[in-house]
Amino acid sequence: MANFAVVGQSVYRKDANPKITGRALYVGNIEMPGMLHVAALRSPYAHARIRSIDKSKAEALAGVAVVLTGAEIANMPGVDPHFGPAFRDQPMLAVEKVCYVGDLVVAVAAVDRRTAENALQLVEVDYEPLPAVFDVLDAVKPESPLVHEQHRPAKAFADLAHVKAGQKSNICYHFKLRLGDVDKAFAEADRVFEDTFSSPPAQHMPMEPHVTLAYLDEHERLNIWTASQSPSYVRTEIAATFSMPMNRIRVRVPYLGGGYGAKLYAKLEPLVTALALITKKPVRYALTREEEFLTITKHKVVTKIKTAIKNGAITARKCEVFWDTGAYAEIGPRIGHKSGYTSAGPYRIPNVWIDSYCVYTNRVPAGAFRGFGVPQVIWAYDSQMDIIARAIGADPVDFRLKPALDEGEPFATGTLVRSFGIKEAIRQAAEAIEWSQPRPAQTGTKRRGKGIAAGVKAVLTPSISGAIVILNADGTAHVLSSTVEMGQGSETTMGQIVAEELGISVDQVHIVQPDTDVTPYDTITAGSRSTYHMGNAVRMAAGKIKKELCEIVASKLEVDPDDLAARSGRIFVRGIEERGMTIGEIFLAKFGSLGTTMAAEAVCQPTASHMDPETGQSEKCTEYWFPSATAAEVEVDTETGQVKVLKLFSVGDTGTAINPRHCEQQLLGAAIMHLGLTLFEEMVFDQGQLINGSLLDYQIAGIKDMPQSFRPIVVEVPHESGPFGAKGAGETGALTVAPAIANAIFEAVGARIRDLPLTPERILRAMAEKSGDAAPED
Amino acid sequence: MKREIVLRLNGRQEKLEIDDADTLLEMLRERFKLWSVRESCGVGACGTCTVLLDGKPVSSCFLLAARVAGHDILTLEGLSQDDKLHPIQEAFVSERALQCAYCTPGFVLSVKALLVENPNPSDEEIKEYLAGNLCRCAGYADILRAVRAAQRRMA
Repeated sequence: MANFAVVGQSVYRKDANPKITGRALYVGNIEMPGMLHVAALRSPYAHARIRSIDKSKAEALAGVAVVLTGAEIANMPGVDPHFGPAFRDQPMLAVEKVCYVGDLVVAVAAVDRRTAENALQLVEVDYEPLPAVFDVLDAVKPESPLVHEQHRPAKAFADLAHVKAGQKSNICYHFKLRLGDVDKAFAEADRVFEDTFSSPPAQHMPMEPHVTLAYLDEHERLNIWTASQSPSYVRTEIAATFSMPMNRIRVRVPYLGGGYGAKLYAKLEPLVTALALITKKPVRYALTREEEFLTITKHKVVTKIKTAIKNGAITARKCEVFWDTGAYAEIGPRIGHKSGYTSAGPYRIPNVWIDSYCVYTNRVPAGAFRGFGVPQVIWAYDSQMDIIARAIGADPVDFRLKPALDEGEPFATGTLVRSFGIKEAIRQAAEAIEWSQPRPAQTGTKRRGKGIAAGVKAVLTPSISGAIVILNADGTAHVLSSTVEMGQGSETTMGQIVAEELGISVDQVHIVQPDTDVTPYDTITAGSRSTYHMGNAVRMAAGKIKKELCEIVASKLEVDPDDLAARSGRIFVRGIEERGMTIGEIFLAKFGSLGTTMAAEAVCQPTASHMDPETGQSEKCTEYWFPSATAAEVEVDTETGQVKVLKLFSVGDTGTAINPRHCEQQLLGAAIMHLGLTLFEEMVFDQGQLINGSLLDYQIAGIKDMPQSFRPIVVEVPHESGPFGAKGAGETGALTVAPAIANAIFEAVGARIRDLPLTPERILRAMAEKSGDAAPED
Repeated sequence: MKREIVLRLNGRQEKLEIDDADTLLEMLRERFKLWSVRESCGVGACGTCTVLLDGKPVSSCFLLAARVAGHDILTLEGLSQDDKLHPIQEAFVSERALQCAYCTPGFVLSVKALLVENPNPSDEEIKEYLAGNLCRCAGYADILRAVRAAQRRMA
C-alpha cells in the first residue's frame, strides 16, 4: 500500500465516547415544549373500502389535539395525500381504501401516548371488504384483484426516470435483459436444470424503531428530526408532497439506532408533518415494535431459474424473478431493476434472458434491505450452481471459478467489469474452509458438510453525494455531509479521508451531522455507497483546500506546489520537512488574521450510460461491484433437523480498506444478520394477517447463534476512482450467506432446500424426500 | 391510580409520584430523562432497555415502576464515576464492541451483572448470560472479546 498516514489504519470510532456513555443523541431523546404524541389506528383488513369513520367520541377526549383521517389530508390545500420514491402510491393515512392489514387509517395526536391510544379505542370505522391477493404468483395473473387501479410515477430519482405509469395490472415494474439466443442454447444443451427458489418477507429489526418529530419554528419553517437514512430525500419528498419551498424545510438526523434499509426514503415524515401543520405544535410519532413489523419488510422473492449445460459449461440462463413489494411499491422498482440485472450471476454466460417483475400484493410494503434484493437472487443462482456442479460431477469451487468473470470481461448487461475480485474471493473462501481436504466418512446422527457460495452486487448508479469541508486557522476541520452515522462508522471513515488529505489528525476533524440547512445533498446512506461517493466528495473538497494551502506556501517559499506535502498540520517541501509552514502560518499569510476559515465544496456524481429497455444492455450500468463469497461448515442432526453452523467465513472485495477493522465488522455483522435470516427468520402471514409480529414470536440471531469459528476476510482490489482505492463494505457480507449454508447442508445430509429459511422441519422433509420415505405432514 | 414511591436510583435516594400503569422504562426516561434506557421490543425480549435492579438485569419496558419501590436501580448513567469510564465501557471501546450502539447500554449493564456474579465465566457462560441481549449490527464477536477485555481490566 502507498504511504498513508491514517488511511488503512484501524483508528478508533470517532463516536465511541457519546455512544458508550449513553449520551449519544437519538431522535427519541429530543423533547420540545408542548410536544404531542401520536398513536395510529391500523386496518384490520387486507383490502377494504372505507365506508365511514366516526371520530367524534375520540375528539371529545381530554388531552386529544387532533384526530386525523386520510380524507382530511386529501382536502388540505396544496397537499398530495400520497407519497413514495418510485410511485406516489402510499397515502399518509388511507384514502378511500385500505390495502393491507396494518395500513394506517386514523392518527391521533395527544398530550401523551396513552391518551392518544385511549382515543383510538373510541374511533369507529366501517369497512367494506374487497377481494385481496396475498401471493406474488397469484398477483401476476390477469384475473387477480388489483391492489391499485393506477400507478403514478414519482420522478424523484434519475435512475427511476424510466418507471412508467401503468394500470390494470399488479406488475408495477418489469425489467428485461436479453443477451444472445437462449432458446437455441437450451435446444442444443446436454442438460437443462430448472428450479424455483423462494425467500420470505423478513424484518430489518433496527433496535431503534422509526421515530419522527416535526414542528414549526419561530419563522414558521418546518423542522423535522427523524431517524432516517435519507435526510436529503425526506426534504425533497416533503417539499413535493406539501407544495413547500425547500428552504422552508429543515431535516436533521442525529445518530441512528440501526437502519439496514428500513429507514430509507420517507416513512413517518409526511404524516407527522401533516399533524404538526394542523396542530401548530411539535408532534412526535415513535413506532412500537409491533407497528415496525407492519411498516416495512424485506421483499419476498420467488425466482424461477433455468440453466443450460453443454460440455460442462453454462451456455444459457433464464431467470424469472418475482418481487412481492406489498401494498405500496416503495423502492421495489429500483430493486427489481438493479438486482434484477444481476440475477444470472457474475459468470461468463453467452445467452441470458431475465424478466424481473415488481408486483403489488395486499401485504406489508417491502423495501430496501441490506443487500438491496441481491441476497434473494444469489440465493437462487448460487444454490443452482451447487445443484448443477454436484449433478454433473464437477467440483463446486471449480465450477464457480471457471466461468467467473475476469477483469475487463462483459457482465450480462454488456458492461465491462472493473475492480472485480470475485475469483480471489472464491479462492479465499475455499482456502479458509479447507475445501480441498478430503471429507472423512461419517456415521451416526450428526453429519458435517461444507458449502461455498459466491455472488456480486452492483452499486446504485447514478447517485450523488455533495460535501463541504471547512478548515479552521488552528488546523481543525469541519465536514458537512449528509451521510448518516448509523453504526457503520462513516464519521470515522470520512474523518480518516479528510485527515489524510489535509495532513491533520482524525481527532482534528469534526463531522457535522446531517442537517439539510447546512449539509449538501446526498442520495441515500445505503447500498454500500457512502465510502466511495461521500468519501470522494469529502476528499475532493479537502483537496481543493489543500491545493490553495499549497499555492500560498509555494509562493511564499518560492517552490513548486507539486513538490509540497501535507502532514502533522503543516505543508512542507517533500523530503525537506523543516521547509514549510503550519496551517496557522498559511492562514496568517492569506488573511492576516487567525479567526478565519477556508471552505470548499465538492460533488461526487458517477453516471451510468443508457440501458436499453428491451435488452438491458448498457455500456456502463454501474460505477463499481461488490464481489462476495462465503464458506460454511455445518453440523446437521439427522434426527431433529437442527443445524449448527460451526464455521463461517465471510469474504468481501471492499476495495482499499480505509479502516480495516470496520470493514471486517461490516462483513461479520452482515453475515450474522443473514445467518438469522437463513436459518429462522420469516414473517408468517395468514390471509394477509401477520401472525408473528413481535419479538416474542419472531427470532433474530443472538450471541449463541454465533459460529464457533467465524472470521472475515477482506479482499482489497483497489478501485481506480475510489477514494484511495476504496469501494464499500456494508452489504457484501450479507450477499452469499444463505446459499453457503444450504450448500453445506446438502453436502452433510444430501437434502436440497429451495425455500428459506432452512428450518429443521424443511431439512427433515427434504431428507425424507431424498430417501424416498413419506414426508412428514405439514 | 397514583402512588408515591421511594427508590435508590444511580446511588441517589429519589421520591416521586407515579401512575400504577407506568413502566420502569417510562419512569426512567420521562421523569428522570435517563436516555440510555431505550425501548425496542416492548415485551422484554431484546434486552435493549436493560437496567440493574438490586444488581440483577431486568427489562425496564416490562416491569411496572411500582415494583421498584424500595429497591436499587442502576442505569448506564450511574455506572461511570467522575466522568471516568467504567472498565467495562473502556473494554467496549477498545474492542469496538459498539456500532449503532442503541443496544450498548443494555449489554454493558448485563456484562456488569455477569462479572459480579461470575468473575471468570467461560465463553459458554458469557453467551448464556447475554442471550437475552440482541444486537442487530451483530457485533457479537466484538462483544465477547469486550467481556474478556473487561475481565482483564477489572482483575
